[in-house]
This record gives sequence, structure tokens and C-alpha cells, in this order.
Amino acid sequence: MYKILEAKELANSIYLFVVEAKRCASYCQPGQFVIVRTTEDGERIPLTVCDYDRDAGTVTIVVQTIGASTMEMKELKAGDSFHDFVGPLGKASEFIMEDAEELKKKKILFVAGGLGTAPVYPQVKWLHEKGVDVDVIIGSKTKDMLIMEEEMKAVAGNLYVTTDDGSYGRSGMVTKVIEDLYAEGKTYDVCVAIGPMIMMKFVCLLTKKLDLHTIVSMNPIMVDGTGMCGACRLTVGGEVKFACVDGPEFDGHLVNFDEAMKRQQMYKTAEGRAVLKEKEGDTHHGGCGVCGGND
Amino acid sequence: MNVLEKVPVREQDPKVRATNFEEVCYGYNQEEAMAEASRCIGCKNAACVKGCPVSIDIPGFISKVKEGNIEDAYKIISESSSLPAVCGRVCPQESQCEGKCIRGLKGDPVSIGKLERFVADWAFENDVHPEPPMEKNGKKVAVIGSGPAGVTCAGDLAKMGYDVTVFEALHELGGVLVYGIPEFRLPKERVVRKEIENVKKLGVKFETNVVVGKSVTIDNLIEDEGFEAVFIGSGAGLPKFMGIPGENANGVFSANEYLTRSNLMKAFREDSKTPIMRGKKVAVVGGGNVAMDAARTALRLGAEVHIVYRRSEAELPARVEEVHHAKEEGIIFDLLTNPVEILADENGWVSGIKCIRMELGEPDASGRRRPVEVAGSEFVIDVDAVIMSLGTSPNPLISSTTEGLEVNKWKCIIAEEENGKTTKEGVYAGGDAVTGAATVILAMGAGRAGAKGIHEYLSNK
Repeated sequence: MYKILEAKELANSIYLFVVEAKRCASYCQPGQFVIVRTTEDGERIPLTVCDYDRDAGTVTIVVQTIGASTMEMKELKAGDSFHDFVGPLGKASEFIMEDAEELKKKKILFVAGGLGTAPVYPQVKWLHEKGVDVDVIIGSKTKDMLIMEEEMKAVAGNLYVTTDDGSYGRSGMVTKVIEDLYAEGKTYDVCVAIGPMIMMKFVCLLTKKLDLHTIVSMNPIMVDGTGMCGACRLTVGGEVKFACVDGPEFDGHLVNFDEAMKRQQMYKTAEGRAVLKEKEGDTHHGGCGVCGGND
Repeated sequence: MNVLEKVPVREQDPKVRATNFEEVCYGYNQEEAMAEASRCIGCKNAACVKGCPVSIDIPGFISKVKEGNIEDAYKIISESSSLPAVCGRVCPQESQCEGKCIRGLKGDPVSIGKLERFVADWAFENDVHPEPPMEKNGKKVAVIGSGPAGVTCAGDLAKMGYDVTVFEALHELGGVLVYGIPEFRLPKERVVRKEIENVKKLGVKFETNVVVGKSVTIDNLIEDEGFEAVFIGSGAGLPKFMGIPGENANGVFSANEYLTRSNLMKAFREDSKTPIMRGKKVAVVGGGNVAMDAARTALRLGAEVHIVYRRSEAELPARVEEVHHAKEEGIIFDLLTNPVEILADENGWVSGIKCIRMELGEPDASGRRRPVEVAGSEFVIDVDAVIMSLGTSPNPLISSTTEGLEVNKWKCIIAEEENGKTTKEGVYAGGDAVTGAATVILAMGAGRAGAKGIHEYLSNK
């Protein structure tokens, strides 16, 4: 059992948990993920690492309630426990292998969309601690879905917040902010974009035009998270890769997003849910992550 | 009773079992077991023992069954095997012990596997289990993986007095016994969990949710956590795909994914939170035990199932009993057939599998006749799901994070067969991580050799 030391609602339907997980906290790095199960018979849910404290032996995760299993999670309070918590999984972000002095010479742009703000945070924080200041764009649907603005402000060089509906900060999609920044005369050497697949796809279409190397973090369907099942496979540069062991971060200009989004539809779109409900028959219990099961 | 014929074993009716996940084979009762045991002629220089990867004293335990002394029979088996209830169910006896049985020269060989299973199940029911050693030597050994290799190694070392901790990556103990082999062939609560409990009773400690190579490295275990030796039994790893067009369509699964959802996550049950796709018509590509398991799982979930295999029936690598059971249950075998493309509809869901007919040519390196394509014989089977069961390639998690641990050109860990010794001091390995995908019993044999190797190493250190 993995004890929850802190639990709070960050925004509408987005929850943060600080969890006691000593082994994971000792070794995890920005870019990696964990798999959690709430109960003894729960689903294995992959979640990116949002923060960690090696001394305290804690790992912070952020969850958006979208289906039966994540709905179950939001009921957890400080003092409760996750039944299982395994990690860190996947490869760490590439830059942690790079020399800090080299990194300081680079102009780096982070683009975070929605829940993607959570995995962007430890990367920006890690760089900030090495003396590397980066620019960060956070995109959110509306003001009340925005998370971690204050935390990000503390570690980012320049922070640009935008909302799709213009209810807070700049107005429009993150791609518009990138275009605006370039129009203002800014340029970057590398971009890290993390968020919904559709956002990462459009960021990559734009950055390809801008000739801006872009790294994305993929979050496909997973079961074991250790390379065993292959559910998370995607095509990168014409080759099949497993997001759990080869990623989750890849060169965004090489990722086949259309295929990845189709595969994700299996569980995430209304259409996919309906097909799955039909195909899974009695075994459909909300694993699509949205519908809450047959009842 | 005709001594040339084995005592038949009772099984669930094929029509009934095709719709449930209850165990197919009921096993012998004591009367049947004693009758079957009486067929053993007790060879002095028993060939069956030589056919057993863990060298169980087979005539010894069978003579006890013959007398009705099941407790002593269990003690004899336990000297050599930590998982008799598992082996009695999943070993390929026809090519091991039973394949060597003298009775088999004229008539049926003795049903050694069914007798082993009877003895092990009797021991569960009567709460007979191996006793922990009186003296501990205080030396700490880490075992990576709680599958057949790891558990066997851990059990053997514990019996010798070592302080053993097993690290498991998943949330459940048992490795392939829980995620791979289905309930209807190997019950989880009644058999696997009890076998693991017996190993716990020997004093072995287990820690789940530890991915060695990620949550901790082998060097950390040795330098920071005080382990004096490590055994790697981490299993096979990454599923292979064919590399044909359409393989990433929705509805194409690796057998590992399909079986993990059903077995580990219990997706076949009404109350499971993990979903599994119930196809209407499913193609399973491959002819091994895993292919049979996936096919029979899909069948039980309501599908019409086709095994698509490029060689002929004689070359099917699966256990004879599995193929027999699969056929009885209504699995359709499309032999000498090889997929060339998976077809998908406009939304990316599988709609069919395009195959080509094969014929057998000259023998290849494996000694089996090489299948060659029959030009122009392509045809389509309409299916809505495809399960790829083509074997696995080793998981690089441990080898890539352990300096000094060498792998061969297939990325399998290099280890000596007789003692599991790797290229790194104090580190031993065995099972699928070394050999590539093989059987439960071979992994157990390797676990046993590893325990012996570690004991020699630590005794001389």
C-alpha cells in the first residue's frame, strides 16, 4: 500500500496526490511515468510524474477524472492509500543527460496543454535548478481548468498563459501563442510539447514549418507499462515503437499522430466507446475511461 | 483393467467448457491415482527421471502413491520441485518424462503429470507443505521476477538457509503463471497463489511493484541494500509483430496483451474494471501454447476462432493436449496459411486478414520443413480481431542498466547452463531471460541451477 500524504483538487475535475513511494522517489526523473491502481481489483492507470522529493520519499501525480477508475481516485483523501504504485517507468527526458552549460546556450520552449502542465512542470523545475531558464506556454480550455500557474511561474523564465475561450490570459490555442511569439521576433532551438494528442499534432505541424525540433510525450493505452503487452505501440519514423519502454518522449516530427489518435479512439471518443461497448459486451465496465460502465 | 492403457482423466464437457473459464481437467481422485500408479514398473535406471528438467524421483513418488501414502509422495516431489501443482498441469510431459516411459513402447506411458498434479492438490487440501530450514545463514540474496525460474530459485535458496527477497514488477506474484496461462488451464487462487504461499512459508520475502532496472538497479541492490548475490529470472519480454501492413489497426493485439487483460486483470469476469474486446470472429496467428491459450480465451469470450499457422499440424509447437482440447472446443485450424496484410475499415478497425497458402519445402535450420508461399493463392478471412502470438524478444530493462552483464546477439542474457553464472560477478540468471521464450519447467530447471550456482559462489566467498 502506498500512503497518500496530501490530496487536493487543483481545478475543476483535476486532482493532485502526494504519495509515499520510496523506491520510485529515489530514482525517478523528469519525463518518466508511474502506474497506479486504486484498489485490489482496479485498472492499471499510467500517469506522468509531476514532482518528486527524494528526501521525503514522495512522488506527486495529477489526475483528471474522466472515467470510472479515475472517478474512484478522486474520493481518496490524505491518509488513504493507493493499492499499487509502480515506477518510474519509461525513459527520462533526453536533456537530463546533457551538460548544464550546453543547455544554458539553448533557447527552449515548453508547450503545456491542459493536464500536460503536470508533466511539463518537473522538467522546467529541473532545468531551473540547473540555472537554465526556459519559456513556457500553458494552454487551458477555460480559466477554471487551468492548473499549476503559480508553481510554473516560480520556475519558468517567461510564462504565457492562454485559454481557448479567452476567459483568462491570452486568447486562443497554444499554436497561436507560438505564432505570436515568433511574430514578436522570438526564436527557439528546441520545443517540448505535452498535452492532448490533437494539440501535440498541431504544435508539430507548426514547428515543422518553423524548423523547430520538437519533442512530444505520448500517452497511449497501456496495460503493464514494462514492454510486455505492446498495447502502447505507435509508429515513429516508420518504425514500431513501444511508448512504455522506448518513450514516452519521441521526436514529434516523426510520430504518426493520425494512427496514434485512431488507436486512442478505441477508448477515448464517443464513437470508439460505442464500438467498444458493443464489442466488449458484458465485459465493458467503463474501461473506455469515460462512460462509467454499463450502469 | 488393461495395463497397456492409462486410467482416463475426467474432463469438463467440451461444449460446456467452451463457455466458461473453469478448469478443463478435473484430475484424478485417489482411487484413480492409485490405479494409474500401479501401472508404473519402477525401473531401476528410470528413463523418465532423465527426461525431467528438475530430475524428480518419479518412480519413488509413484511407488508411494501406489501404497496410498500421498504425504510421502509429496515430500519426494518437493525435494526437486517448488511448483508441483503447476508442473502437473502445464509441463509438456509427452516430450519429457512420459515421452521416455518404458510403458510407452507398447501402450500408453504412465500419466506422470496427472499423478504429480494429484499429489500436489492432495497436499493443498491436507495442508501439507515444505518446512523452512532450522538454521539460517543470514546471507541475503535478491531474486528478480516471481515467475517459475525466480520462485524455484528462491525456494531452493531458502531451503538452504538463505535470506531471500523476490522483486516482482507487476502487482501480482507468479509471472507468466498469472498473466500468461489462463484460468481454465491453471487456476490462480486454488493453485498458483497456494504454490507461492508455500514458498513464503519457507521464509522467502516478496516485494511487488519493483521494476528492476527502473525502480532500483542490480548495482543498487548489491551496493546499497546488502544483497550478496542476485538471480535474474525476469522472463521473456517484448511481444513480436510480423511487420505486415495494418498491424497497428484497432483490434490487433499481441497475445501478451490479450492474455494479460484476461488473466492478470481478470477482464473475463463480469466485475473486472479492465476491458477486453470480445470479437465476433478472431484470427490467432501462431501455433504455440500461447496461441492456443489466446484462441481458447477468445472462444470463451464468445468468438469464432481461427488459428492461422504457416506450417502443418505436425509442426505445431504447442503441447499435444492443448491442440487436442482446442479442437474439441471448436477452434478452427487454418494450417499452411500465413498472413500478409491486416485489413481495416475507414475508422481504423480490423475488418479482415489477408493470407497466403503455404506448402512445405526442404528442412530448415530447425530441422522442420520450411514453409514456402504458393504464388497467387491469397485469400481473405473476415475477422474483427487479430491476436499475434509470434513469441517475444528479451526486455532490455535489466541488461541496459547493469554494467558488465553481457547479452548475446539475440539480446538474451549470457549465462552458463549448469549454474546460471553470468558475466557479472555475483549475478546469476535463468529462464526465458536467458533462453528466449521456452517452457515453465525449463525455467524451473534454470532456477534450480541458479540456486546451486549461487550457493557454490557464496559458500566459497
